[in-house]
Amino acid sequence: MNRNFVLCILACTSLLAPSVQAEAPDLSQEAMAMIRRDFQPRGSAGLNRLDQDAVQAVCNRFANKPPQQLMGLLQADQQAAIKFPADGNLLGDWKAGEALAQSGRGLTWSDSPGTAVGGNCYNCHQLSPAELSFGTLGPSLLKFGKLRGNTAETQRYVYGKIYNAKAANLCSNMPRFGHVGALGEKQIKDLVALILDPESPVNK
Amino acid sequence: MPSRTIEREQSMRNKMLAAASIVVLLALPFVANAQDKTIQAIERYREMLADDNPAELYELRGAELWRKPRGSQQVSLEQCDLGLGAGIVKGAYVRTPRYFVDAGKVMDIESRIAWCMVTLQGFTAGEIAKRPFGSETYKSDMEALVTYVVSQSKGMKIDVSTAQPQEQHAYDMGKQIFALRSGSYDFACATCHGDRGKRIRLQELPYLSDPKDAGRAYIGWPAYRVSQGEMRTMQWRINDCFRQQRFPEPQYLSDSVNALIMFLAVNANGTVYNGPAIKR
Ligand code: HEC
Ligand code: HEC
Repeated sequence: MNRNFVLCILACTSLLAPSVQAEAPDLSQEAMAMIRRDFQPRGSAGLNRLDQDAVQAVCNRFANKPPQQLMGLLQADQQAAIKFPADGNLLGDWKAGEALAQSGRGLTWSDSPGTAVGGNCYNCHQLSPAELSFGTLGPSLLKFGKLRGNTAETQRYVYGKIYNAKAANLCSNMPRFGHVGALGEKQIKDLVALILDPESPVNK
Repeated sequence: MPSRTIEREQSMRNKMLAAASIVVLLALPFVANAQDKTIQAIERYREMLADDNPAELYELRGAELWRKPRGSQQVSLEQCDLGLGAGIVKGAYVRTPRYFVDAGKVMDIESRIAWCMVTLQGFTAGEIAKRPFGSETYKSDMEALVTYVVSQSKGMKIDVSTAQPQEQHAYDMGKQIFALRSGSYDFACATCHGDRGKRIRLQELPYLSDPKDAGRAYIGWPAYRVSQGEMRTMQWRINDCFRQQRFPEPQYLSDSVNALIMFLAVNANGTVYNGPAIKR
């Protein structure tokens, strides 16, 4: 599946309601056109950042609450695109993971090209108890490994969540770090270790 | 800018940085409640400094610039119509953004000042857009002008109308753009500002669709940023949030940014404006 199918659903829903459209023009389309007119590329942030993929388009169209069936189809699509490590080992080095979790750098127009992209995890999550400066857009991950167990299953769950949070929760506020190529395989393994390794401060 | 003024600003800044570090030191021992304590302490230090806000220096410089003949036409801005009639500055800020028939556009205060600089004084839009945001070593005229104009609305309530269809349309566009997710991280403004009581690290995130939070956030700009040693406007604030959103850059004074400011202003309606703010 099926970008085409999804795009058709988007197009078809608008076709299905021509009379509604005649009265109230589609404001989101108009806003999109306004943005395209007004924005300029800067640094690494090109205008292609304004192109929505199917997940963004569906979440935008349905105010982050898409119909169940559509959500299921797209989630399956995202799940299928997750690349798990070929060697089957998902647990890296928690120390490297902690450094990565601390960094919020990368992908803004003021980051010079080649800036190492950080994980941004502390921007949104509590992790190690020693770090008091943590955000709350996401749930606390303190003691995550201790509570959920460092099993093959949880390792796969956490790897998948970091790679693509939208695979299990289509309109999640968490970015798709692996899917968009912001973080690579080794980095994601290190973050899995930060969250699940019994030696990691997160689980002490 | 006369060097005495710069020195005065420097010394105010040093005082403030010292106050800020005391705040941080004081907050450290209270581990359990560190965040609340820090936030309270920052509030206290803001109050403490309210009488000593370097924004006043920008206000003075802006007032001078306002009255000075400038541009190819060598006229002042004193005949500029900010929405209440030519020459009326008092109370104009809290009634913007608004639809201006002569421009055929909804404009925020900064856009309107730029419009007057072009139509009255003969500056080109290109000149104005070339370097709109100042830095520690470069003081932008626009930031001073905006600071002067907004300070003439001190003590008045934000009172922005959507009676004109163009104003309603700008509000609607702003609301749409606020929710629009795109870019590398699928972020919209609403990702960070769409819920109550959230934070990024220790920075509190206002829930900008909520009148109370929007009111507090809206009257917080323009602001003197101690960490940047610079006066910042709402146009700058939104530009910088698009940067954090990993979007490309909105052109200076573009309709998209004005639409967002319209959305925020209407949500903030009724809040009393206290003049230029001061921030860490
Ligand atoms: C912009 C905010 C944001 C950032 C940045 C972010 N997350 Fe999340 N995260 C969330 C949200 C919101 C959720 C809950 C919704 C969901 O599960 O999709 C979440 C959920 C999770 C979960 C699942 C928790 C559970 O109880 O099942 C894990 C694990 C996780 N994040 C790890 C990370 C890691 C590791 C990073 C850094 C690479 C990170 N997150 C960066 C917002 C964020
Ligand atoms: C990735 C998260 C993020 C996104 C996305 C984001 N912002 Fe922000 N915004 C912040 C942070 C963090 C602050 C506080 C900055 C500070 O305290 O220095 C902030 C501050 C603000 C403020 C000032 C609040 C105050 O009380 O001073 C406004 C207004 C604002 N943002 C509007 C927007 C708009 C409009 C958008 C969409 C174009 C947006 N933000 C997108 C993180 C974000």
